[in-house]
Amino acid sequence: MTSLNQALGHDGHAHHDSGEQKVLGFWFYLMTDCILFATAFASYAVLYRNTAGGVSGKDIFELPYVLLETAALLLSSITYGFAMIAGHQGHKRGVLAWLAVTFLFGAAFIGMEVNEFHHLIAEGNGPNVSAFLSSFFGLVGLHGLHVTAGLLWMAVMMFEVIKTGLTGRALTRLNCLSLFWHFLDIVWICVFTVVYLKGVL
Amino acid sequence: MLLGKLTLDAIPYHEPIIMGALSGAGLVGLALMALITKYGKWGYLWKEWLTSVDHKKIGVMYIIVAMIMLLRGFADALMMRAQLAMATGGHLGVFPPEHYDQIFTAHGVIMIIFMAMPFMTGLMNIVLPLQIGARDVAFPFLNSLSFWLLTSAVILVNLSLGVGNFARTGWVAYPPLSELGFSPDVGVDYYTWALQISGIGTTLTAINFLVTVIKMRAPGMKLMQMPIFTWTCTWANVLIVASFPILTGALAMLSLDRYLGFHFFTSEAGGNAMMYLNLFWAWGHPEVYILVLPAFGIFSEVVSTFTGKRLFGHTSMIIASGVISVLGFMVWLHHFFTMGSGANVNAFFGIATMVISVPTGVKLFNWLFTIYRGRLRFETPIFWTLGFMVTFSIGGMTGVLMAVPGADFMLHNSLFLIAHFHNTIIGGAVFGYLAGFTFWFPKVFGFKLNERLGKAAFWFWQSGFYFAFMPLYVLGFLGMTRRLNHTDNPAWTPWLYLACVGAVLVACGIACQLLQIAVSLRDRKKALDVNGDPWNGHTLEWSTSSPPPFYNFAKLPVVHDIDAFTDMKEKGIAYQVPTSYEPIHMPRNTGVGVAIGGFTTILGFALIWHIWWLAAAGLVGIVGSMLVRAFDDNLDYYVQPDEIEAIERERFERIGIDVDAYSERVPEPKRSSDVEPATLV
Repeated sequence: MTSLNQALGHDGHAHHDSGEQKVLGFWFYLMTDCILFATAFASYAVLYRNTAGGVSGKDIFELPYVLLETAALLLSSITYGFAMIAGHQGHKRGVLAWLAVTFLFGAAFIGMEVNEFHHLIAEGNGPNVSAFLSSFFGLVGLHGLHVTAGLLWMAVMMFEVIKTGLTGRALTRLNCLSLFWHFLDIVWICVFTVVYLKGVL
Repeated sequence: MLLGKLTLDAIPYHEPIIMGALSGAGLVGLALMALITKYGKWGYLWKEWLTSVDHKKIGVMYIIVAMIMLLRGFADALMMRAQLAMATGGHLGVFPPEHYDQIFTAHGVIMIIFMAMPFMTGLMNIVLPLQIGARDVAFPFLNSLSFWLLTSAVILVNLSLGVGNFARTGWVAYPPLSELGFSPDVGVDYYTWALQISGIGTTLTAINFLVTVIKMRAPGMKLMQMPIFTWTCTWANVLIVASFPILTGALAMLSLDRYLGFHFFTSEAGGNAMMYLNLFWAWGHPEVYILVLPAFGIFSEVVSTFTGKRLFGHTSMIIASGVISVLGFMVWLHHFFTMGSGANVNAFFGIATMVISVPTGVKLFNWLFTIYRGRLRFETPIFWTLGFMVTFSIGGMTGVLMAVPGADFMLHNSLFLIAHFHNTIIGGAVFGYLAGFTFWFPKVFGFKLNERLGKAAFWFWQSGFYFAFMPLYVLGFLGMTRRLNHTDNPAWTPWLYLACVGAVLVACGIACQLLQIAVSLRDRKKALDVNGDPWNGHTLEWSTSSPPPFYNFAKLPVVHDIDAFTDMKEKGIAYQVPTSYEPIHMPRNTGVGVAIGGFTTILGFALIWHIWWLAAAGLVGIVGSMLVRAFDDNLDYYVQPDEIEAIERERFERIGIDVDAYSERVPEPKRSSDVEPATLV
């Protein structure tokens, strides 16, 4: 923590717009996002039985594949944690290396999800077949969009750390991204349970 | 296609009424631009206003947008009342259904999203940081961005008048009517994207102000000591954070249905239209409390100021607002008792709805007890407040009446409902904003508004309201439903005439207000607010000058009491001259908010018209602007003590305090017997 304080101290004066306020504001943002996801979950809960004579979850979900996807995302959360530890210790190279590993895991997750969507659509099980598939694509796609945005943000952060080093500003942003990334992990655990596990059972 | 669905046919050049309105608005716009050019004010406008991150200026711009949209929304109202007064007994009136349906949809959307919301947000922007003794909001740039997102949405709504059309679905845009199969043109898309964009702006504002009240209160101010307007705004912001994402989700699903053939709400393939109604009202009902709670806060400030007493039951007022906020989330189904959820579900929501009248009643009694044995000063803000207390009570009672599911089955979607919610929104929220406008106007501009015209405006509004909406209660009982284009029941006709007279009376009220602003501006020298405290106020916004300096407070005030400024006046330290000044840290103005707003307008327009390359360009512009901002190191600066000293010296001289003499002697605190007692009860 000492080095974090030192790093934050780089600014030299008490910003009225300091890191602490930004993190609190970001928490509030995450709460709004949480409610957006709750809306998507609610619509899935209402619509998942409405298969309109088409496939149901049992017919299309492949648990081992999704498990692998889940593992990639959960591991990326751990590696992001390592990046933050390195950040607190002021290890620029460590931060960059762990961010790169996190990025790869995240990209692997998104790649697998795109592949799953592609297969479903190619087999004629796209979102416009039934309300069940609409809400499935809506919920999982919403999460995927978030992860994609997180990846773009991570790329920008790597660029910033290379360019300016671990300034107070960069650490605050890494902290916010960390919250975002872990939040998406928690949401995914809910998606995995509610959509995939429940769908196959 | 390079232009998507956009063709020349999208411009309604064959509709004389629309073209007349458009050319009128265009002429006014051109005249304004000519005036700005003539006086060489473009640079001033850009540097001092459009790019400003000062919460007071952003607040003023919000209210200007709200007033422009009030004029447009009210023009829609006049057209509706005129149409219904003419189209009886076999006549068809002037507006064919496809035009009339756009008018009532636009009226609802504009009045709620683009008039009431920005008016509320504007007042909150101006007043809240001053009330808690802060120099700005937590995220000044984000505040500017929120405003420009709203403006972007406003531009889209107004564009729909001249390019394409607006939704014909009613302001709620229920599917399946709002689905592609029944609304194939761009009207619903204008609706969804305008609401999405302004909704994101509103959410960001709420986050911003929540962090502001949590982190930036003046030293010594405990949470329960925050002024009541700040508290009610805070509850409204909690409601925004909790409810607006639901609207975002619902509209996103509707857009997926319309753009990519999903089946969330369609009538085929298992879609469920009633889910949209549930989601919409899970946002929509909290939304009415978002509008009215800050108004309750304004009435509380006005009542306690103009009786010269502390507000009765400050703590109970805060708790009552919190209870209303929580209950506000448990009543959404009363908007569609007729859906068929069954007796038990309807009973639950009916009772929850009635329970809301309890904390609301607490508030009314608090106001009455504040007035009790006070010395009421009859100035314009108190007129609006007294008018509100009567009018809103009627609206509340008809609400409880409709909360009975059995009664609602008769009154659902009748004009009784229309009368009820106008009764609460005009009599509650709008009267509150107008009271707040008069109350805080001198704080922002340094002079009071004309009293005569203010009172005339009130009486026109008040009487106009009763003429316009009491007949609608009757018409509801007589069986007239909402959104009718023409009628042929002779029993309805006289009531429709009466309602039209009411609308004309309200129009006179609005005219008085416009005249009031002009006359007050002309006579401002006679009504100057010299010491910054024109009404003998209680809270910190009155402790600084009018208009406040851009840094609000040269020294951050230290708070010991709920009525912090009254406390200072009693202790005789209200106008203390500081011995020295510290540098003040301030954010720099930025044009990035304007840029993102502009790109968002482009993105929205392109999405509405399916111009995909332009949408991509807009998106790239938004992300690019954000990156420019993220890597900008020149965001803030320090105001130096000599500059502060000069500004403050001028202020003290204006009030008649000799700064140089003052610095040598220690002020003697006044004894409390010298001061008018704050409470008599």
